[in-house]
Amino acid sequence: MASVVLLAGAGGCRRQPDSDATRWESLPPVDARDLRPLDVFQRIEDPAQRSRALFLETSRVYLHPRCSNCHPDGDSPYQDSGETLHNPPVTRGPEDKGVVGMECAGCHQEKNLELARVPGAPNWHVAPRSMSWVGKSPRELCEQLKDSKRNGGKTLEQLVEHNAHDELVAWGWAPGSGRQPAPGTQAQFGALVAAWVATGAQCPSEEARP
Amino acid sequence: MSIRVRVNGVEQELDVDPEMPLLWALRDVLGLTGTKYGCGQALCGACSVHLDGQVVRACVTPIRRADGREVTTIEGLSPDGGHPLQRAWVELGVPQCGFCQSGQLMCAAALLAKKPQPTDADIDQSLAGNLCRCGTYTRIRAAVKKAAGVPDSK
Repeated sequence: MASVVLLAGAGGCRRQPDSDATRWESLPPVDARDLRPLDVFQRIEDPAQRSRALFLETSRVYLHPRCSNCHPDGDSPYQDSGETLHNPPVTRGPEDKGVVGMECAGCHQEKNLELARVPGAPNWHVAPRSMSWVGKSPRELCEQLKDSKRNGGKTLEQLVEHNAHDELVAWGWAPGSGRQPAPGTQAQFGALVAAWVATGAQCPSEEARP
Repeated sequence: MSIRVRVNGVEQELDVDPEMPLLWALRDVLGLTGTKYGCGQALCGACSVHLDGQVVRACVTPIRRADGREVTTIEGLSPDGGHPLQRAWVELGVPQCGFCQSGQLMCAAALLAKKPQPTDADIDQSLAGNLCRCGTYTRIRAAVKKAAGVPDSK
């Protein structure tokens, strides 16, 4: 009997076709290694819908393992494809740079170390817990990035600047040692984030996926 | 390229490739073989030394990073082997094969310098990157607590 009630409830909640997804499908396909160029989003006439599509495109970078591995859902970063925890087993520590004896800088330096495949970039650290986004949907991530309490205290303009020029963010496209880089380029990513902000920083529906 | 580095209190000028791992310079150039080569990829902790007091894995630290800085190895932890950790290590008979022990001691020394009264969790987190294939972890933890004067309830 309970299952009948549940089924009836589910039927009553059936959603209308997702307009964001429909708009998304109108965009040209793109290789997993690339980002769609900014101009293709101009074919979406409604600025709010364009903004949502732009965010979905940028979510392919935010949620790529090169970026999300160090925005973990716990106190240890991930590595590789995002399915394994960092080895050796580090913890974030009080300043998100490890604990004494196991600081990030004990191994990670200013640039990639090809000799031993240790990745490196300036200011290597794990994102604060408030900036965790592993396991979140694009919409959840979008809402988080607009919340200064959960985006590192940034305005949207500062968020654009950070994504477009930060040196640690830049590592995502030059990870070295055969690691798969984030899609596209940092310049493309920065331009897409800027366009998202310029179109009102709209967030996609919960179900929308890139 | 000439690298100037102070190792265990002694100024050294090394004419080596700046990309040479610090571990190579310590062991092969300076003859300080107390620091061990384990994995060569910063995964085991056997090569842990202090760079200006901070623990680094010498196997992945190019010697250029140490230029103008102070390196401390197990040979320089104390002048006579009398560091509280070294005494506790002997009293509790911590090592088995001993290969990992200099790395364990250097990490533990950095921990106690920053947290003189560490909890079990502090010890476990700070030494999590120092592997011991003999499995002496319980004795390592007990010795760190003994050196710190923290009662070991076990």
